[in-house]
Amino acid sequence: MRKIFTLLLFAFATVCVSAQTINVKGVVKDAGSGDTLPGVSIIIKGATVGTETDFDGLYSLSNVKKGATLVYSYLGYKQKEVIVNQETINVSLEESAESLDEIIVVGYGSQKRKDVTGSVSIVGEETLDILKPIDATTALQGTTSGVAVNLSSGAPGAKVNILIRGVSSNTNNQPLTIVDGYEGDLNSLNPNDIESITVLKDAQAAIYGIKGANGVVLVTTKIGKKNKKATVKYDTYAAIQQTTRRLDYLNATEYALVLNEAYSASGQTLPFNNVGNLGRGTDWQDQLFNNALLTNHNISVSGGGENSRYFISASRTEQDGIIAKEKSNFIRNNIKINLGVDISDKLNFSLIANYFASAAQGFDGSVLFNGLNYAPTYGLNEDDSTNFLGIEVVNPLSLLKNTFGENNGNGIEGNFKLEYKPIDGLKVTSRLGYKIYNEKQRSFFPIADYGSSKVYNRLQSSVYQFKATSTRVNWETFATYEKTFADDHNATFTAGTSVQNDLFDGIYATGVDVPNNSVDFADISLTNLLSEQRSFNTGNADIRLTSYFGRIQYDYKGKYLFSGLVRRDGASVFAEDKRVDNFWSVTSGWKISDENFLKDNEVISFMKLRASYGTLGNLVGDNLYRSLLSGEAEYVFDGALVAGTAQGGLPNPQATWETAEKLDIGLDINLFDDKLSIVADYFEETRKDLLIQNFPVSGLLGSGAPGGANPTVNAGTSKNTGAELAINYSAIKNEDLDLNFAYNVTYVRNRVTEVLDGAFVEGGSFAIGNPAPSRMEVGQPIGYFLGYQTDGLFQTQAEVDAHPSQTGLGASSTSPGDIRYKDTNGDGVLNLDDRVNIGNPQADFYMGFNISAKYKNWDFTSYLYSEIGKDMVRNFERFLPNVNKPAYYLDRWTGAGTSNSVPRLTNDATNNKLFSDFFVEDASFLRIQNIQVGYNLPEDVLETVGLSKVRLYTSINNLFTFTKYTGFDPTINGGAIGAGIDYGNYPSARQFLLGLNVTF
Amino acid sequence: MKNYKQKLKFAFIFMASMLVFGACADDYLDNSKIYAEDSESFFNSEADYYNALVAAYDPLQSTFINVLMGEIASNNTLCGGESATDVPGYQQIDDMTHSPVNAQLQNLWSWMFGGVNRAAYIIEFQDKTDFPGREVMIAEARFLRAYYNFELVKWFGDIPIKPEGRFVLGDEKSIPRSPKADVYALIEADLIYAVANLTYTAPQTGRATKGSAEALLGKVYLFQDKFNEAASILDNVITNGGYVLESDYNKVFEFAGENGTGSVFEVQYTDIQGAGFGCLQCSEGNVAVGFQGVRGYDGDLFTSGFSFNVPTQEVVDEFEAGDNRKDVAILDIDAWSASTGAAFTTGYEHTGYFNRKYIPRKRSATAAGDQNLTNPNNYRAIRFADVLLMAAEAYNRRSNPDDDRAKTYLNRVRERAFGNTSNNITTTGSNLTSAIYKERRVELVGEGHHFFDLVRTGRGTQIPGFTASKHEVFPIPLEEIQFSQENWSQNQGY
Repeated sequence: MRKIFTLLLFAFATVCVSAQTINVKGVVKDAGSGDTLPGVSIIIKGATVGTETDFDGLYSLSNVKKGATLVYSYLGYKQKEVIVNQETINVSLEESAESLDEIIVVGYGSQKRKDVTGSVSIVGEETLDILKPIDATTALQGTTSGVAVNLSSGAPGAKVNILIRGVSSNTNNQPLTIVDGYEGDLNSLNPNDIESITVLKDAQAAIYGIKGANGVVLVTTKIGKKNKKATVKYDTYAAIQQTTRRLDYLNATEYALVLNEAYSASGQTLPFNNVGNLGRGTDWQDQLFNNALLTNHNISVSGGGENSRYFISASRTEQDGIIAKEKSNFIRNNIKINLGVDISDKLNFSLIANYFASAAQGFDGSVLFNGLNYAPTYGLNEDDSTNFLGIEVVNPLSLLKNTFGENNGNGIEGNFKLEYKPIDGLKVTSRLGYKIYNEKQRSFFPIADYGSSKVYNRLQSSVYQFKATSTRVNWETFATYEKTFADDHNATFTAGTSVQNDLFDGIYATGVDVPNNSVDFADISLTNLLSEQRSFNTGNADIRLTSYFGRIQYDYKGKYLFSGLVRRDGASVFAEDKRVDNFWSVTSGWKISDENFLKDNEVISFMKLRASYGTLGNLVGDNLYRSLLSGEAEYVFDGALVAGTAQGGLPNPQATWETAEKLDIGLDINLFDDKLSIVADYFEETRKDLLIQNFPVSGLLGSGAPGGANPTVNAGTSKNTGAELAINYSAIKNEDLDLNFAYNVTYVRNRVTEVLDGAFVEGGSFAIGNPAPSRMEVGQPIGYFLGYQTDGLFQTQAEVDAHPSQTGLGASSTSPGDIRYKDTNGDGVLNLDDRVNIGNPQADFYMGFNISAKYKNWDFTSYLYSEIGKDMVRNFERFLPNVNKPAYYLDRWTGAGTSNSVPRLTNDATNNKLFSDFFVEDASFLRIQNIQVGYNLPEDVLETVGLSKVRLYTSINNLFTFTKYTGFDPTINGGAIGAGIDYGNYPSARQFLLGLNVTF
Repeated sequence: MKNYKQKLKFAFIFMASMLVFGACADDYLDNSKIYAEDSESFFNSEADYYNALVAAYDPLQSTFINVLMGEIASNNTLCGGESATDVPGYQQIDDMTHSPVNAQLQNLWSWMFGGVNRAAYIIEFQDKTDFPGREVMIAEARFLRAYYNFELVKWFGDIPIKPEGRFVLGDEKSIPRSPKADVYALIEADLIYAVANLTYTAPQTGRATKGSAEALLGKVYLFQDKFNEAASILDNVITNGGYVLESDYNKVFEFAGENGTGSVFEVQYTDIQGAGFGCLQCSEGNVAVGFQGVRGYDGDLFTSGFSFNVPTQEVVDEFEAGDNRKDVAILDIDAWSASTGAAFTTGYEHTGYFNRKYIPRKRSATAAGDQNLTNPNNYRAIRFADVLLMAAEAYNRRSNPDDDRAKTYLNRVRERAFGNTSNNITTTGSNLTSAIYKERRVELVGEGHHFFDLVRTGRGTQIPGFTASKHEVFPIPLEEIQFSQENWSQNQGY
């Protein structure tokens, strides 16, 4: 098409050739990599003459007027203009993520950025290159507006959670991830293989129907360019990792004094008679945290011939944990092959394959919890044999010694795609996506004795093994027809179908009496099976989806844009009459800057108003319509307990998925010749049919029987409202210096607007014996913390007497130095009814700030990420009299006026350990995610060694976190109801990297 | 041009084939049930029926609340507990101030319907798979449904019934409360089937026998004043059931006496599994026993409990001199403490007496979990003495009384109680009726029967606070009225 166009231009141009002309030739290169660029279009400004660069990036133009301007443009690159004054003009084009002509994938098709009418965020290869994420998901943290990314734990290989525009669901908020057209995951990819990550945040994602409500992450992996010589890249880095934080806990002397004070307050014999010789004792955190290594190697080859494109890569990442690296580590290997072949000019096929294999070791999550609570008076190998600390706290090193857990997985994923273009404008695509994942887990539980009657003790060794295969096949066929009517009406029609099948097949078993009580013999083949109960089992699933979809994209003169789409989805996991639904959306855009009144505006170079509205689904509520035999059925016959079979939770034949209604209004403005770009969005989402578990129903239905439960019912609605702003400022851009600032901020407010019949959902846990701290309830955010409000401490008995009685809270007496709780409902007594909202684990604001600078051969980057207005629960303190305590107890109440926040020390029963705002902290934070300095070897040096690029860099990840939170890591979060409760989270690591990029 | 048309044709065929494929795609969604066993695909073997039967027996263990709360409702005991606000639902029932908002009544309602549904599940699928002896399991299922429905009709009067099977979502809005007579008709039909298909010896101890079914049917007749039918069926139990009164009344309530010669039907419990307050109905132990134990007890023979359901002086005084049952049924804690040195503390409404039949004994080595909730004492639901007294009452109260037969049965019970014949009853007519009533009270004290005996014989007003035409039945839990969307009306007076 373009060739024909060019020819026509030539034919036309020959008419107006004039006398003072020269012949121009040259080569066009990528300014960054130095690679030649084939297919760059070169047009003489004002005239309509032009050409294209060839296979080697070379071009020539005859009869060009001296002083004329040549315009070089290439997709994904900034346009460049050069005035003709010599015969050889070599040009370097800058790649630009912000280019308005950048092609953006929008699901079953793509658009130029300037034509996109939905709300999207994009992270390109460049960002991934700098951040060096182990899981590519982390590259979205702080770099994309509307997207919050949190690690579930700092342990190597831990899951990374993405939230797009906040928590809307109490069940599942994880967005759909589509990699090159197949449903995949970011964590199985090698981040180096990724070309771009696009996040669809609004109703535009309705093309993904039942899976689109949580947003869609579209990943495009690299594939070589046609007519390009092979490029070989080798990247490597190594890093030293250390913990980002240690908690301030009592040393042995402080600990003994504090304990003595508590015992004395209760009139008990002092546990430590001689405090003087205790010194600092053992610092268990010192014993647990270590420096650990992280290494990565990556090699890739890419290029293309006249009819083919290819990209091949291999990588290996090894990460040791900052706690017990021999038991906590992660290895991932990837091999990627992407091929594209043109069979004819109408038919082409491509193959995408990603092989991934991971091996991870992990340990019991309670190791850090025990490390904090175990007394500093004990020696390294000393177990609490007398149960001084209580049965639930043990030596963390002994616990580590007896922990063995490993998880290995490998799989292959990708797709096979045929594209057929029978006539101009029509393209039919059929692709088969696949993902096969094999997982293997093994946990060994040796015989262990941590002291008499400790709950961690085991009299019998056992080994648990699990093997499973997950398979996903997806076949999609769709046609796209592009046509321009009457010159100004541009339309693209898309219609297609999709079928998907997800299979899971697993088997797991436990064997007991492992020979020699050793992990070396921990395999079921060497063990006995438990005879009393079933110690082996299988799990399986077969989920099927069928879909049809259609879309119209229309614009008038590229100025007024409109799209409408519809998708019909059927899912096998619902009752037969409840399986199918339709989703739809409309989007529109108005390029105001194309209007006459703004066309030549010197300040505003681009301005577009966008709006979208539509419905999307969230595929949850599987199989709730079925009545499973999971109830309790036990009775005594012949004097022995016998087990039978009973129905479990009541089924809900009406169960269906969640539905979202999304509205987005956005404005894109580029100012000062695109130097400053601003993207602003306002959004609203109403999420309906949220699943409420154990929804109250009549006892007539039998849910009161042992092991029964009320059904899970679509009975809740939540609403998210928010706004986001992304600003990019290219302050300086010239051959020597390139300085860029980017900032984005997102505000989200979530409220539960409806739960039928006043029901609520509880979750999470706090200490022992407290009611569930997290809730979903009308008028509150999903997963808010429900607890008591404190009002300082009672300083005197008179204050105690003047306050409503607190005996309804549990402890029979209240003394000065105890927490004063607010009688929030003013009924004159304190009881469960006085609990109120004391925090929200989801941030109100999240933002990112990035600086990147290039000066000659040097480059500098810094990424900052911040969440404001989130709360976390300090739940790593164990309330037993003799366990170690946080150092804030040094500032405890010891008499009137000594403290108004930290209660007195006593072993008597008090109400001070109830779930209250004393344990809920502001966990807002600002983290310096990354600071990096790189140096590119100069070209003359490169030429002598025959390389096209060598870059050396050093980088620090998680350099520093500004926060008031006193736990290990305020950035760790996940889930909805029960989120933000810190049980002693494994902190994320600070990493000092040294790296090298070489391009041959 | 021709080429172009061909291509267009190809594209159309391609698109059309996509649509054809689409037309059959919805069928593709049907097969997602590999290996999954759900309730509707069950009952494929004898083992399935047996396993479902175990499940139907299981809720019998939750009838501890019926026994405990039934006794508290009567004038035999006071509620007790720690304080006046310890389990308000029990306290209100003791004081006859209970309302439709009562967590314990709500529990009883939903636990018993849990039992009804588990039994009905088997009945619903009774014809699915045939095997020898299937009718025995069906008979047991029908016995159990009758047992649970009888409890419900005793407590709530008219209740919804569904003879063909389980209740499903929506039934609460469409199935009305059947009149008591219809409920009893279903219970009778279930029991008549059970009687016809069971034998006097159960395949396993703890399962219902023909005798269990006959005795329960007799009781159901008696509750409807169907004295002829009651007399006839109960006489059959006495004559053919092979039951013998255990001569040592004390042994009946000890572990050694469980499932003894006089046990017609017994709810089985064990202490080998833990339990929690979050799911009392899940306990494999007898929760009532721990609730009735002596508060803060430390001494011989017994262990401590929550001091609920404490006998009144009035019921203690009902025992005649020389009645050996008194010291078995009633623990006089002061006397016991004085003689054995046992320590204890006092709770709310302390009377000095405890329900000795069902307070915690010293625990076995295998006892697990919260021991207050997992006492292994079986509940002797239908004792032979009960059968004899019911038969005596039926013969005495029927239109053509046979008081001789009535006295014979009554005196068999008294002879064991006094160890002689010199305390035998000799009167007839209504005096004999009163004697039988009194005998039932002392013989069965602490076993949860007295309230219902008073109500069915029109003597409810003997209970302090009892309002006639109201307190004969308990209120339908308020939530249930709401769930039914007024399909069910509240009982009179509530």
